Amino acid sequence: MRVARVSRSYGAGNGAPVQALSEISLHAAADELLAVVGPSGCGKTTLLELICALQAPDAGTIECMPAALMPQRDLLLPWLSALDNAALALRIAHVPRARARARAAELFDELGLAGFEQARPHELSGGMRQRVAFVRTLLSGKRLLCLDEPFGALDAITRAEMHAWLANALRREPRTVVLVTHDVEEAVVLADRVAVLSPRPGRVVRELEIGPARPRSRTDPEVVALRERALAALGQGAGALAAGPGS
Amino acid sequence: MRHDAGAPASGRPGRDATARRRLGAVLAPVLLLIALLGAWEGYVGLGGVDTFVLPAPHEVAAAAWDNAGFLASNLKPTAEEVVLGIGLALLSGFALAVAIHLSPVLRRAVYPLAVGSQAVPIAVIAPLLVFWWGFGVLPKLVVVTLICFFPVLVTTVDGLAAVDPDELKLLRTLDASRWQAFRFAELPAALPAAISGARIALTVAVIGAYIAESQTATTGAYAGLGREINADLEALQTPRAYAAALVLFVFAIACFYTLALAERRLAPWAYRSRGEVR
Repeated sequence: MRVARVSRSYGAGNGAPVQALSEISLHAAADELLAVVGPSGCGKTTLLELICALQAPDAGTIECMPAALMPQRDLLLPWLSALDNAALALRIAHVPRARARARAAELFDELGLAGFEQARPHELSGGMRQRVAFVRTLLSGKRLLCLDEPFGALDAITRAEMHAWLANALRREPRTVVLVTHDVEEAVVLADRVAVLSPRPGRVVRELEIGPARPRSRTDPEVVALRERALAALGQGAGALAAGPGS
Repeated sequence: MRHDAGAPASGRPGRDATARRRLGAVLAPVLLLIALLGAWEGYVGLGGVDTFVLPAPHEVAAAAWDNAGFLASNLKPTAEEVVLGIGLALLSGFALAVAIHLSPVLRRAVYPLAVGSQAVPIAVIAPLLVFWWGFGVLPKLVVVTLICFFPVLVTTVDGLAAVDPDELKLLRTLDASRWQAFRFAELPAALPAAISGARIALTVAVIGAYIAESQTATTGAYAGLGREINADLEALQTPRAYAAALVLFVFAIACFYTLALAERRLAPWAYRSRGEVR
């Protein structure tokens, strides 16, 4: 996945257009997990929608394979069981119902969701719903997954569980992942590389290679040090903006 | 020891409260009905109101008992008009709502006409309906459908529009076609909305059947409760007219709760968030 000097702005009701992204460049190698962190409103969601071809850039180029989006809200369909929700992409691809369910059930077994196949979304906890939503994204069959703050609405304990679960899921089902988050710790624990964005208009102010082997603990000194560096870069990005846009 | 003694004692009030709530659910409507009937009976008895103007509840009950077979035979055509009319209204209202949802042009063209159609008094178009279809059940069905499709149309259009735009975006990244987005996300969302519309429509469907029978009159033996009420009022058989109205009253309530149950069966996800049948 390669994003080169991409800009995108929106016409705001009246007055000057708002620039969400300014000449942003990013890349992710095959089966790499790239985390994108930045302050609220720095165009992270716009970036993912551009990668997923839900929007077109004003300038610059995006080269990537077809991508599937996992939004922050699980958006599970209340009239379908957990299994049928996970199998939605297969049903859309005209896979017969029984085969779609069988394939989703395999992943349920593999990823510790066995026993929840027939549950309706409202019967599941927030963490479980996000797991089902992730399996749905996996089953889209796309090599590139765009995760938009997937754990943003979860409490801290559930989020830590989800980090371990996601790391395990990606070890079993490798994919190229762009993970957008405002949680620096999440980025450092999960990613191979972290790109730090400035406030709007978003551009990359720093890229960090995350060295330590997985599974990583949040309290590992190396992880803590990387987190501090990422936080410092976030602060710099905000400072650069305060000094004057475009500086 | 303290725990053992305390647990059952603290468990009981909860169960009692549930039982009391359940009893209240049955008792409240019964008590209200008794109070209303008592007030009615008292007003007629003490106020000296003529039975041709307002028969007392016991006279209505007697008329209903004496004419049970006659009323049942007249209910049959009316019930047919209401039930088939609601069914047709559901189908036509739903189909039109989907068409309007999918086509902004159609929305601008058809929606104002649909609103306007509700203002046309049935008496104006009754001669045309009779001219086309005579005095059978068909013109009456058309009248009920015409009156009832509108609430279905409005609730379904809103139900379709209420689908989360992010949901549709997600379906697009899963490569869903327009038809698949409709089939997987919009159609199931619109279903409970359409049935809610039908429940609103039901309240006017019975009056609609009455109007239909009055306007496209049949003079046969069992021409429907609406026709019968008109004939009884003219013949000063007011208690029997009231008995017929009572039958319509009960019939409407039964239909309403049948539709509520159907909604619960067809769209349990919508029922769950609402709790009780309303």
